[in-house]
Amino acid sequence: MNTDKVDGIIKKYGKEQSAIMSILQDIQSEYNYLPREALEQVSKKMSIPLSKIYGIATFYKVFSLTPRGRHLIKVCLGTACHVRGAPQILEEIERKIGIRAGETTGDLKFTLERVNCLGACALGPLVMINNDYYGQMTSAKVDKILKAYD
Amino acid sequence: MIKKLKNRTDLENLKESILKKKDKKKHCIIVSSGTCGQTSGSEKVIEKFKDEIKKQDMGKQVELKVTGCHGFCEVEPVALIQPEGIFYQKLKAEDVPEIISETIVKGKVIEKLLYSDTETGKKIPYEKDIPFYKKQSRIIFGNNVLIDPTSIDDYIGIGGYEALGKVLFKMKPEEVIEEVKKSGLRGRGGGGFPTGKKWGFCRQAEGDVRYVICNADEGDPGAYMDRSLLEGNPHSVLEGMIIGAYAIGSSEGYVYIRAEYPLALKNLEKAISQAEGYGLLGKNILGSDFNFRVKITRGGGAFVCGESTALMASIEGRVGEPRAKYVHTIESGLRDKPTNLNNVETWANVPMIISRGAGWYAKIGTQKSKGTKIFSLVGKIKNTGLVEVPMGMTLREIIYDIGGGIPGGKKFKAVQTGGPSGGCIPEELIDLPVDFERLAEAGSMMGSGGMIIMDEDNCMVDVAKYFVDFLREESCGKCVPCREGLENMYNILAGITEGRGKEEDIGLLKELSEVLSEGALCALGTTAANPVMSTLRYFPEEYESHIRDKKCPAGVCKELVLYSIIEEKCNGCGLCRKKCPAKAISGEPKKVHVINQAECIKCRQCFEVCRFGAVKIE
Amino acid sequence: MINLTINGKKVSVEEGLTILQAAEQMGIRIPTLCYHEAVVAYGACRVCLVEVVRKGWPKMVTACNYPVQENIEVNTNNEKVIKIRKLVVELLLARCPEVKEIKDLAEELGIKEIRFKKKNDKCILCGLCVRVCEEKMGITAIGSINRGTIRDVATPYNDNSDVCIGCGACASICPTGAIKIEDVGDIRTIDKWNTKVKLRKCETCGKYYAPVPQLDSLKGKTSVTEESFKMCMDCRRKKLENTMINAKKSKY
Repeated sequence: MNTDKVDGIIKKYGKEQSAIMSILQDIQSEYNYLPREALEQVSKKMSIPLSKIYGIATFYKVFSLTPRGRHLIKVCLGTACHVRGAPQILEEIERKIGIRAGETTGDLKFTLERVNCLGACALGPLVMINNDYYGQMTSAKVDKILKAYD
Repeated sequence: MIKKLKNRTDLENLKESILKKKDKKKHCIIVSSGTCGQTSGSEKVIEKFKDEIKKQDMGKQVELKVTGCHGFCEVEPVALIQPEGIFYQKLKAEDVPEIISETIVKGKVIEKLLYSDTETGKKIPYEKDIPFYKKQSRIIFGNNVLIDPTSIDDYIGIGGYEALGKVLFKMKPEEVIEEVKKSGLRGRGGGGFPTGKKWGFCRQAEGDVRYVICNADEGDPGAYMDRSLLEGNPHSVLEGMIIGAYAIGSSEGYVYIRAEYPLALKNLEKAISQAEGYGLLGKNILGSDFNFRVKITRGGGAFVCGESTALMASIEGRVGEPRAKYVHTIESGLRDKPTNLNNVETWANVPMIISRGAGWYAKIGTQKSKGTKIFSLVGKIKNTGLVEVPMGMTLREIIYDIGGGIPGGKKFKAVQTGGPSGGCIPEELIDLPVDFERLAEAGSMMGSGGMIIMDEDNCMVDVAKYFVDFLREESCGKCVPCREGLENMYNILAGITEGRGKEEDIGLLKELSEVLSEGALCALGTTAANPVMSTLRYFPEEYESHIRDKKCPAGVCKELVLYSIIEEKCNGCGLCRKKCPAKAISGEPKKVHVINQAECIKCRQCFEVCRFGAVKIE
Repeated sequence: MINLTINGKKVSVEEGLTILQAAEQMGIRIPTLCYHEAVVAYGACRVCLVEVVRKGWPKMVTACNYPVQENIEVNTNNEKVIKIRKLVVELLLARCPEVKEIKDLAEELGIKEIRFKKKNDKCILCGLCVRVCEEKMGITAIGSINRGTIRDVATPYNDNSDVCIGCGACASICPTGAIKIEDVGDIRTIDKWNTKVKLRKCETCGKYYAPVPQLDSLKGKTSVTEESFKMCMDCRRKKLENTMINAKKSKY
């Protein structure tokens, strides 16, 4: 891990406690997750107890403490998608890649997440893989879509 | 080099010069490209327009304007051709050359790109004639169509920041508060507290420093009007905040924005820096002695942060855990200073009230709920989208006249409003006028304006379970009623939907609802039982079928349904057999297939792939 | 002074008190679990819920952190309060069916059965350990983690804490006995925090008497001499007594 990078991020936002959310978000975009050493460094540099930072990192859903897969699958489970059958889509994806929502495959290929509304309700049920949207999903479409990612 | 505006005259002059630059003879192609537009492929369409305008050398005759969401998400990507008002829908990049060569050059309407009426099937060329738009009053949201959200000049061109100029030089802070009070504006974030009154309390609260906050942590699943406002017209929200800050006496503001809204964040950041550039934010705004700056905090994906004390804890860099509000945030909020929090839509209403007057505003709506409200009409509805209507319009008008009714010839069952804190309103209340009071009387609430339409295929017990599941994950877990109460509520509902329901479950659900509404620490908890209570109130028979007959009438709850193949309809194509992930379907080619019930995992795939309607769920 | 009514009795109490403190002065017991006078009130367990009628409007509030106000009417044990309190305790009992303190409280309220799915936890997540560690000890070795139904208290990564001073304040404030401390040889183990700290040996009697990091953290903060940090309390007292006896002797 590059300690200079983390220092740079802290410098950008300052050492006030109110900067912590932005700092953790930037670290996560840098590393795709929050590495332990990074959090320890933030704790030391900002004089915030590690237990506080760990509490924040586990409270907010956007943060991940483990490395995530190369492809991030987000299944929208907002109400509009739910009433249009999103749970079946999620189950089918879980079956196809063999992990549950919130987990990452052993080969670090996929991370599967459920999200509460991506705000594209007209297209529901909606699945987002990296930056690609797949609207009007059916469980029958899942296999073909997943195959496009390696 | 952008010059700071030193007074109101500078602003007026700038507006004039912006309008002068506009070539009124030019055609304008307006393409909406909010998140839903982009999801549907608007960016490719826009690229193609740019290329094609160059290729056909039409730069002098036509202007391309990329805007935020126009609201009609169902038919995105759309292009509006001005000045004619021609409305093209569901565009693909390959449609673009024809639009230039036919519509722009020859003035011809391209039939195949037009919207067809969902009732009559008739093609409708002009936006103003489309039923979806006809019944709306888009006083707030309508501006999204007129401006490029990344251009402050566009906003100034339509009169933006004039209201700010008016309050800074013509009105005392108390007069601004009085005006907002008179307008009758109430908070659009859920509670519906009178905005002017809140501002007044905050102004009077003791303290040297005061904060204003814009809550853009739109967390209700199925509601996305705040995102669309921030994406499509960020300056209107900023202007509202600056006016509010002036009225309250604050020099520092925050926008707490949901992490899942990257485009809104980008446009807001840009808007702030543009406003700073013109001196509309920062020190001595428009040459007055009023100073105000705005900072952005990105949320972390926590629904509970929509609660004011949790949101403020999050801005301070702490876990978003609510605290008891026995001392209100108006007196002791962010960093223990008096703090005024309003949501995006509320702030966006403010400039309009100032520039057009409280009297004008108060004429819109019902006796106690003034103005318009933006709703997101989603779920089982033909015209999915964002609609802005005067308060007091009936559910029927919204769902049928604007929304076009239920697709697929299905029967309307309920509309869920108010998000996880709201409730389900049944068909017998379809003529309910929508305002704060009526929705609350019906056991639901306004919330931020999500309207999720459900049809006969939706199970109301499943819907209640869905919201409780959502909330038990989103609860901060601090207080016992919310943490333990929701978990037990979920266990009971899961039992009912899985065929383990008992008669006494209903009583337990009611008791848990009471401990939540009376005993939970914050509004997430005290309203958490609403989806359960409202479905129990209006759909008791659905609970009874699950508990007594072990049946799910809507065919949703997996453990209570059986999949089978109707012999007469099956022609043995074998598609279901091939698709079945559990290999539970057997049958010879061209012969009737059978589902092995012991193997069936009820994944619904056979039902979806069968083109002959031969799969039955009961 | 603030005038209010509690359970029908008019009282006048100091401004700034909470309902809990005011009731205590009158000898009215309101049960609590997450409250402790040593730390800031938290309002999480909801066991101290009471009804407050203010300007004619009744609402349920937590007595531990609601400040007394002029002319409010407080009911600490009317039908509604008891109903809600009973359900809150039943929920806690389902979470911790074997914890004596919860069982006692349940019995006091007349709870006969648990109608909810039982778990077998010992911790009620009252947050007292977290608050005492931060507010009183200034260490913040532990904190709340996760949210919703999987909320917990833990050290970062559930690992051995390198900032814990082993003082045991968390264990002594815990109302349910969920935190156990065990001293074996020169090691103190706090199981719940997966944490072990070294104990110091008394230079005089050879007994292991206090955690090294705790003693280190006290250095310079108390008037105790450097010398005394090497001795257990017993030996220190003996030494003091001896010194005094010697001093007396030398007088005569």
